[in-house]
Amino acid sequence: MLNLLPLIPAFPLLGFAILFVTAGLLPKRWITTIGVGSVGISALLALIVMFAFLGAPQPYTKVVWTWIAVSGFTPHIGFYLDALSGLMMLVVAFVSFLIHLYSAEFMSTDEGYSRYFAYMNLFVASMLVLVLADNLLFLYLGWEGVGLCSYLLIGFWYRDPVNGLAARKAFIVTRVGDTAMAIGLFILFTNLGTLDIQPLMQQAVAHWPVGSGLPIAAAALLLGGALGKSAQLPLQTWLPDAMAGPTPVSALIHAATMVTAGVYLIARTHVLYDLAPPVQTAVAAIGALTLLLAGFSALNQTDLKRILAYSTISQVGYMFLALGVGAWSAAIFHFMTHAFFKALLFLSAGVVVQRLGEEHDIFKMGGLRKRLPLAFWSFLIGSISLAALPLIDAGFYSKDLILWEAWSDGALGPWLWTAGLVGALLTAIYIFRAVFVVFFGPVRLEPTGPTGWRIAVPLVVLSILALVGGFVEIPPYLGNVPAFSRLMQSALPAPPAAVTAGSSSELMLSAIAALIAVLGVVIAYIAFRRRPAFLQAMVQSPTGLALQHFWETGWGFDWLYDRVLVRPFLWVARKDQSDFIDSFYTGLAVLSRAAYQQLSASETGRVRRYAAGITAGSIVLIAILVFA
Amino acid sequence: MTIAFYIAAAVAVVATALVIINLNVVHALLCLVISFLAMAIVFYVLGAPFAAALEVIVYAGAIMVLFVFVLIMLNTGGAAIQQERHWLTPWIWVGPIGLSAILLGEFVYLLWRAPVTATSGALVQPRQVGALLFGPYLLAVELASMLLLAGLVGAYHLGRTDRQETDKHGGKGR
Amino acid sequence: MSVVLMQHALLLAMVLFALGTIGVLMRRNLIVMLMSVEIMLNATGLAFIAAGSRWGQADGQVMFILILALAAAEVAVGLALILRLYQRLGTLDADAADSMRG
Repeated sequence: MLNLLPLIPAFPLLGFAILFVTAGLLPKRWITTIGVGSVGISALLALIVMFAFLGAPQPYTKVVWTWIAVSGFTPHIGFYLDALSGLMMLVVAFVSFLIHLYSAEFMSTDEGYSRYFAYMNLFVASMLVLVLADNLLFLYLGWEGVGLCSYLLIGFWYRDPVNGLAARKAFIVTRVGDTAMAIGLFILFTNLGTLDIQPLMQQAVAHWPVGSGLPIAAAALLLGGALGKSAQLPLQTWLPDAMAGPTPVSALIHAATMVTAGVYLIARTHVLYDLAPPVQTAVAAIGALTLLLAGFSALNQTDLKRILAYSTISQVGYMFLALGVGAWSAAIFHFMTHAFFKALLFLSAGVVVQRLGEEHDIFKMGGLRKRLPLAFWSFLIGSISLAALPLIDAGFYSKDLILWEAWSDGALGPWLWTAGLVGALLTAIYIFRAVFVVFFGPVRLEPTGPTGWRIAVPLVVLSILALVGGFVEIPPYLGNVPAFSRLMQSALPAPPAAVTAGSSSELMLSAIAALIAVLGVVIAYIAFRRRPAFLQAMVQSPTGLALQHFWETGWGFDWLYDRVLVRPFLWVARKDQSDFIDSFYTGLAVLSRAAYQQLSASETGRVRRYAAGITAGSIVLIAILVFA
Repeated sequence: MTIAFYIAAAVAVVATALVIINLNVVHALLCLVISFLAMAIVFYVLGAPFAAALEVIVYAGAIMVLFVFVLIMLNTGGAAIQQERHWLTPWIWVGPIGLSAILLGEFVYLLWRAPVTATSGALVQPRQVGALLFGPYLLAVELASMLLLAGLVGAYHLGRTDRQETDKHGGKGR
Repeated sequence: MSVVLMQHALLLAMVLFALGTIGVLMRRNLIVMLMSVEIMLNATGLAFIAAGSRWGQADGQVMFILILALAAAEVAVGLALILRLYQRLGTLDADAADSMRG
């Protein structure tokens, strides 16, 4: 059964190929069948393979063929299955399938229907390649593939130039990260001689002492790549603008899968980070800063999807925080729960936006609780899970685990824990702000149109998963079901025993975190339902307005990058408009043209001139003969 | 006899100078004939009577007459003289005289450096010339005759005007 | 028939040649230009004759005969061309025939 592994990315790739070649000529039902079906088959195969794997949890490699064969460098098209990649593969395939099903109805009236499914299938294929690759070059192929599809799908409605700009911004910012990653790959290859991941990790441990320059450089560069793809500081500016794409795209790419590619990369190459402690600390610090930054920004957004975008940045910050403190499986656990509840939030937000005729401003919405019950309950469940309200949802277990492991990590631990806690408060406030403003209160805009089963089924399934998905990893003080981390231990190092063993401090910290989450809900309730006027008054003050604007624009990063990077570049481009570097080559042409004109002027057509020329020439010749 | 050489040389030089300066083309032509006659005398003094005879008969007699015929056909008249005067400005002289002077200078230099030699003084009989022409230079003679044939055909063809062209130019030409 | 210094004979040839060159370069009338070319050809012939008489052989005169034939053919064709040119341009100005410029 395990040898079905290469088929998992192959089916979406086939779907893409068919849809690409037929380019919209197929009837709609066929497109749906191919587009959704290919990912469905992929999800089914992922389930089968995962079951087979769980029966005998050994890492399994399948090489399909040799990609490049140059002396000393032979990367393969190879797939590697262990607990980490298996879990990622399963989550990616399954969530992708649900979102494809949702898209079949959501995008049914769009004229780019075929193109949409082609791109989505290509994306799923690339993402599966990314998580299943057995060498870093093949992973980089998948990495670039998801970046390409992200660009294509953000700018899906290409007729509006704003979408194109957003797509371009996403691509360029992630490109910065990708370049850093490429350089990191070069360093790894030139020093360790291979890019196959498992041998690479062994070589690194054998040849590089802990804390020396090379692993720090390599780890830092790979981190750069991860920062770009996962939209963390300082490369986080592209994700809020990426909401210009269709909502299922935002759900799939910018919530559940692509932005977690960075997390996967760091988890996969965790050996390097163990060899480079300063970089690992940096990962944690970046995670903490990003989650705070994004939390404040999410609080001030008025566009429903932008709130969720900043929320994604913040939650991936939590994953980075976990990676930074060595809680590898906790990060992956949070990835899994986050995939469920964030996809759920985006999909229900998509229903709201579409039913209200593409209205994104939450302050123009209201009272949709009774009008759109399915969307309301889905969004509420997603919000509960995101805010990590105690016990009943999946988010609680994963976030709790991260906070506990952060606290236990040496000197920096308590600071990181505090940051995580403040972030949790902000999360609860901003998401319930959205809930209360959108679904409660008077109805401002009436929704139109029905919601079919293809939208309802994914929402229901994801709601269930968002509630129960956390029960695979229950902490010691509540029942001690470490199933998830036991599974992950075959691929990732476990945290020290002192952490996994139950302790009273863990219970206490957990209680504090739970209280904070509930407090956040209460604050949101008071501020946005009971006493909205109070908040308005606070915001209207000069500092309030300035702060609100500052946070709304993402702490001014866009402004900063515009001033520091974009404008000088455009200035240089403008100065080089006549391409003075090229003037050497055009100069040759200009020179020959001038010489031609000079020579042409010497051809007067007059015989006497020519005779004079002959005479002068003969004089010179004779002079040479005589005097030389 | 050597004195004849120098006198004839002087006449030739002066006549040639007059040719290139003269405003009237017909006068220039006549001066050229005189120059050729003087040249014939020079040839004779140098011991080449056959060449002298040919110079008179062919060069002065045939080629110059050709020139005269063409001039008559062209029939330019007094306006041509005015035109020449208009063309021959003083400044025209500078370039050509400069170039020729340099050329002359080079040759004078060459002559200066060469050892002083003299002609043999012997008269070369026409019989000798004929023997050479029919002997080693036979091929050259044939080629020269081909050349003349080509010139003949070419001149005939170029000189011929078609009916249409005559009508176009209002009956000019032949 | 008499002994003449080679230098002088060749100098005469050279002077005539130079004069012919001046005539070609200076005059604008096509006929005069052609006449100047004749002068130059004649001067060359003189040089050959002088060379032949230096050794007392007939080779110089043979060359002169060939040059003569050449000049005759050339004049014939050249004058025919001048006639056609006069028909086309209406003038004997050498500078009028400059449509090959550029």
